Amino acid sequence: MVKVRLATPVLQENNEVARENRECFRKHGIFVLNLMSSPGSGKTSALERTIGHLAGRLRMGVIEGDIYTTKDAERIETHGVPVVQINTAGSCHLDARMIRPALEDFDLDALDLLIVENVGNLVCPAEFDLGEDARAAVLSVTEGNDKPMKYPLVFRQSEAVLINKVDLLPYTDCDISQLEKDLKLINPELQLFQVSARLDEGFGPWIEWLQKKVQEKKAELGTTVMKITAADAAPGQGGAVPEESAAPGE
Amino acid sequence: MNGGENMHELSLMESVVKQLRASAAENDIKKITRVLLVVGKMTMAVPDALQFAFEVLQKEDELLKGAVLEIREEPVRCECKDCGHLYEAPNYEFLCPSCSGPNVKIVGGRELYIDFYEGD
Repeated sequence: MVKVRLATPVLQENNEVARENRECFRKHGIFVLNLMSSPGSGKTSALERTIGHLAGRLRMGVIEGDIYTTKDAERIETHGVPVVQINTAGSCHLDARMIRPALEDFDLDALDLLIVENVGNLVCPAEFDLGEDARAAVLSVTEGNDKPMKYPLVFRQSEAVLINKVDLLPYTDCDISQLEKDLKLINPELQLFQVSARLDEGFGPWIEWLQKKVQEKKAELGTTVMKITAADAAPGQGGAVPEESAAPGE
Repeated sequence: MNGGENMHELSLMESVVKQLRASAAENDIKKITRVLLVVGKMTMAVPDALQFAFEVLQKEDELLKGAVLEIREEPVRCECKDCGHLYEAPNYEFLCPSCSGPNVKIVGGRELYIDFYEGD
């Protein structure tokens, strides 16, 4: 009988590809956000609002992760930003290896921000590094107060949480102050943004935060956000974004 | 949770099997009899689902047929960077229970690796 000690992380292979992706993003000066949530939290709607607000400010691309369909990518496409769909064919999360071929379909030098919408799932995506710079989660008030404590990893590893569907608060039993307290307990550094994607409310501070993150990375790399010309701006967006007051309750 | 969770452990277990296969080939091992996998409580891998995935994968596999998978779970452990307090956090208390500071680092519970395997 032979005993062999290994002690190599099970996810080592994924982590190595993630490192290569990260290097690629650095080279092209792109800030990458991995957006995670459970199904039905309004992740795609929040992303659509985010695209609308960022039009004319940042050059954006989207990777859409979905198990089988192209429904979300079709929604994103109508906003005039480059989008690549990854179908995971049954797998419940994106991994670093799936991201790499998708990158070939973008003009990477023409992007400041790439948002990867992960497969709707609070469990597995949290384990797989894609090479992103930051993670954010969408959590809707209709999902119930207990989600942070049940799925702490995704919130521990996120830098920001969009608390969505706050317009529905009167119709739920969700105690939003308790929800925020739990999130902060899991991750005291979390940035919390109360939004309603349906009503397009509360996105101002989130957009500011995103822009700050992109600028910080550009500054670190010694590059700047390129001025967007009218021709680059997404059609139908006009580039005009109404200035917003602070998120409700914040 | 839904079936998604099983799929997730299955893909993790596929990585485990891949590592075992590579190492067994290197060490000229034809049959693996026992595997010890270390799984932190703050990974999203559920031991029962890992066990089930292993059973599925070993069925038609000459190298792994009959091998026993043992899983050692590691608790969530934290260290306060401000006061140095070390503590276990089974309910994810990431504010230091000693000084109430938020500057807490997770030092255990995120493990996911094959400790060792045995074979002939």
